[in-house]
Amino acid sequence: MSPSPKTASKPELDFGNAWEYAAAPEGTKVSIEPKYGLFVNGEFCAPRSKRYMDSINPATEEVLSKVAIANQADVDKAVAAAKAAFPKWKRLKPSERAKYLFRIARRIQERARELAVLETLDGGKPIKESRDVDIPEAAKHFFYHAGWADKLDYVFPGRKGTPIGVCAQIIPWNFPLLMAAWKIAPALACGNTVVLKPAETTSLTALRLAEIFQEVGLPPGVVNIVTGAGNTGAALAAHKDVKKLAFTGSTGVGKELARNLAGSGKRLTLELGGKSPNIIFEDASIDQAVDGVVQGIYFNQGHVCCAGSRLFVQEGVMDEVLARLKVRIESLRVGDPLDKNTDLGAINSIGQLATIKRYIEAGNSEGAQMFQSAAKLPKHGYWCKPTWFTDVQPSHTIAREEIFGPVLSVMSFRTPEEALMRANNTPYGLAAGVWTDKGSKIFEIASRLKAGVVWCNSYNRFDAASPFGGFKQSGFGREGGRQGLLSYLELKS
Amino acid sequence: MSTTDRLAVLKTYKLFINGAFPRTESGRTLLVEDKKGNPLAHLCHASRKDLRNSVVAARKAAPGWAKRSAYNRTQILYRMAEMLEGKSEEFAAAIASTVPGGKSRASKEVAAAVDRLVAFAGWADKFGQVLGCNNPVAAPFYNFTIAEPMGVVCVVAPAEEPLLGLISLLAPVICAGNTAVVVGSTEHPLATAILGEVCATSDVPAGVINLLTGLRPELLEVMAGHRDVDGISAAGCAKAERTTLELGAAENLKRVTVDSSKGKDWYDLQKMNSPYRIQPFVEMKTIWHPSGA
Amino acid sequence: MPNRTVDKVAVEARAASFKTRSIKKDSKRQGLLMVSSMIDLTTLEGKDSAAKVRALCQKAVQPDASLPHVSPVAAVCVYPRWVSLARELVADSGVKVASVATAFPSGQVDLETKLADVRAAVTAGADEIDMVIHRGAFLSGQLQVVADEIRAVKDACAAAHLKVILETGELETYDNVVRASELAIASGADFIKTSTGKVSPAATMPVTLVMLETIRSHFLATGQMIGMKPAGGISTAKDALHYLVMLKETLGDAWLTPEWFRFGASSLLNDVLLQLHRLESGQYAAHYDVTES
Repeated sequence: MSPSPKTASKPELDFGNAWEYAAAPEGTKVSIEPKYGLFVNGEFCAPRSKRYMDSINPATEEVLSKVAIANQADVDKAVAAAKAAFPKWKRLKPSERAKYLFRIARRIQERARELAVLETLDGGKPIKESRDVDIPEAAKHFFYHAGWADKLDYVFPGRKGTPIGVCAQIIPWNFPLLMAAWKIAPALACGNTVVLKPAETTSLTALRLAEIFQEVGLPPGVVNIVTGAGNTGAALAAHKDVKKLAFTGSTGVGKELARNLAGSGKRLTLELGGKSPNIIFEDASIDQAVDGVVQGIYFNQGHVCCAGSRLFVQEGVMDEVLARLKVRIESLRVGDPLDKNTDLGAINSIGQLATIKRYIEAGNSEGAQMFQSAAKLPKHGYWCKPTWFTDVQPSHTIAREEIFGPVLSVMSFRTPEEALMRANNTPYGLAAGVWTDKGSKIFEIASRLKAGVVWCNSYNRFDAASPFGGFKQSGFGREGGRQGLLSYLELKS
Repeated sequence: MSTTDRLAVLKTYKLFINGAFPRTESGRTLLVEDKKGNPLAHLCHASRKDLRNSVVAARKAAPGWAKRSAYNRTQILYRMAEMLEGKSEEFAAAIASTVPGGKSRASKEVAAAVDRLVAFAGWADKFGQVLGCNNPVAAPFYNFTIAEPMGVVCVVAPAEEPLLGLISLLAPVICAGNTAVVVGSTEHPLATAILGEVCATSDVPAGVINLLTGLRPELLEVMAGHRDVDGISAAGCAKAERTTLELGAAENLKRVTVDSSKGKDWYDLQKMNSPYRIQPFVEMKTIWHPSGA
Repeated sequence: MPNRTVDKVAVEARAASFKTRSIKKDSKRQGLLMVSSMIDLTTLEGKDSAAKVRALCQKAVQPDASLPHVSPVAAVCVYPRWVSLARELVADSGVKVASVATAFPSGQVDLETKLADVRAAVTAGADEIDMVIHRGAFLSGQLQVVADEIRAVKDACAAAHLKVILETGELETYDNVVRASELAIASGADFIKTSTGKVSPAATMPVTLVMLETIRSHFLATGQMIGMKPAGGISTAKDALHYLVMLKETLGDAWLTPEWFRFGASSLLNDVLLQLHRLESGQYAAHYDVTES
């Protein structure tokens, strides 16, 4: 790291090794089968494709297991199971449907430790996050939506919400179990049946969830899980008996799916990429704002669609913010995801690491100034130091494109109008953060930011009761809360 | 042509873009014939450039319209209803001249269109209370979800019910605070051509409503692919048209809503006056703020 | 520059995040030894006696005879009348004698009486003076009165170090804590201290974090280090280790010494010793394995 000449003579804090934390690995062992089949009609079964792919621990590069690759025939079978299960599930007394979801929530809570460890092994995220965020929030989504199942008549005045049918759900690798819960819970609460495709690098917790479905006696076919890569997803999306597709992933793939579905009459919701702004005004609570910035971009290694990847700082407090940002980032611990003290785990895959590195190179070659924390990286596995760029211009690649990694672009502004103009100057509109202690200003900025979620004096907060989803090219439809139900109901008058 | 000794002064029908009545930049016209095939009027045959100019006007007007108080939008929509009521006769005659069913059917359609505007005038300062909500999150935060306008929405009116269909699609869009670019019925375009006069006398700010007469197939693809359009509300679509709209829309992920209403459906108040016809043209924004002294 | 404010929800979340650090094995041993060396072993009760002060000083100098590697604590903290006895007992052990003064804990006397209190303690041999701020003046907005008092006490301290007690439990908001911390630092405090221990809540992690961050701001702006002393309510080794984690990750290595960080506590030392016994023997210790002081 090259120190900026401006700050070279300023007092610096020393984050050295006067007191090191010993390794504190999570001790729970989880059993992983050498090979996993598909979950169709309530049973695990070998894929008709006879093909499997490796599931790799990105922190060690070791193969954890082999996971089935579903082909067209497998997808057909799964959709047929979901279709067959639909009439009965739809007619089931809603209060009974609710009880299945409550049971699922409870079993997730009971198996939380095991699920957290597995999530961390499979995806590389710190155990602290899978333990404190992913798994409890997944349980909460089932708990929250369970209660909706028998209350749908009260939600939309003058309209009757009825289930749509078989829902295809394609989810990403950044929050594997949590995204499965986000998708499955509202779909089931609304009386639909589901075929879920987990991301190819992170299928293991979804398959554990399938075990939970068996444990709670969920009727066969109500949820089916087909693992595989892009082809599996495309086959699923295109299936004629699929009435609705819910996709979370990149904007590129989202557009492709939208094109494929054009004219099909299928319902579609998309939760896509972002390049979310985080705006710090000079009257903000600076120390908390800096914490929020760190939360915003380094949570889950920056593998977050709503990551606050563009930081706009009002000029008068730029030095103050940068000094604190550096201090805060230096305290982040990068390494073994199973270590309870790890703040940044492994990058999810070798492919994603290459993408992140490409963007970091672009940042450097286009003239931004790079800083990285002094963290030492493990020898094996896929890693990226917390990185931030100053002197970023709005036209730089790193200021425009989604990186999906721990890379922050810092820019300055002078007036609220300039901040708004620059914050909104993006095709995306997923989320935004705004930091100021002045009430009237925060409401004005929040109302004019073109984003589906605006975090005032906070960032990366989630809740099952809080709708999530984007404006513009960040997709359409909401997940969570009352508005999220609309994605899984047909409203009839 | 009348046989009295006075020669009637005929109306020149033009487009309505950015609060003005320009001719189509293309110079092309469309001949409208009455039910017997007699020439009735020459309307502007809007081109892709007229559509583009309309989108520019709508984009420019969008922030101002969105920022108006909901109460103010209520009054402007109600004013439109008043003006439309005043021109009922003219609209009924124009509609009856090309649409089967005679004058009484047309009068009924115009009355329903006026009532639809009144219904949505009333919604403008209420739908937010129905569609939005506070969310009880499990953390010390005040969390609420509000409905915001999405921006510029193109409206593709159905062929039949040329006024009522158009108003039924347009009212929810502008009620929500969006600006609109409307392509009227190709088959029965006269009502669309006159509607600009209602807008122009109703305090509707320039650019909030833009009205095009032309050939629907020519404009559909342009609108679907236009990257500065945020949403599309269409009715009376054949499957191929729907495919065209959704394919083009995938380019910038604009929101497409296709209404399958037909005939009597347009008169179904329970269905047509629902706030869930505004829902597709708003973006739900969720705001978090910590709560602590 | 506007007054710095603190977001309550965010700072409490950040403070709680330090508790997720898992401190095991060697780092736990090192942390516990650091904690014991940072303790201001305190007795501030109406019933304090010479015998109590003797026991306290003995414990301060040699916390546990069976754990010879545990060094003396940082200081003993007593009322002014026990300073000379404590001075005599700790002798040249390295343990400092700290005295509360300025009409501790309420501070409800005039300035002259406060200064006399301070001078008496210093004359009797106190190395450190723990003063209370004039909360009445602070809360009524008379910041200059508060500042002048601190400045006067600082002068009366002569060579003794001054710890300024904010009594954060009475200040109520974090914004007040920041303002009082800044005021104390600007007026000559060597240390800032949360509480007297006589008001609930005493030290909490968020309050301590807010004060550490104020110290950090002052350091980044001036290069001057200020010490920090959370006092009251920290009674378990586990809590104390969380405070150390917070200190390490907020101010870094330079503050991880008794020169810059203290725990004001009476029962904490014994819990630390019990934990150290456990680490040495591998077995859980009994309550009677450590001495009451």
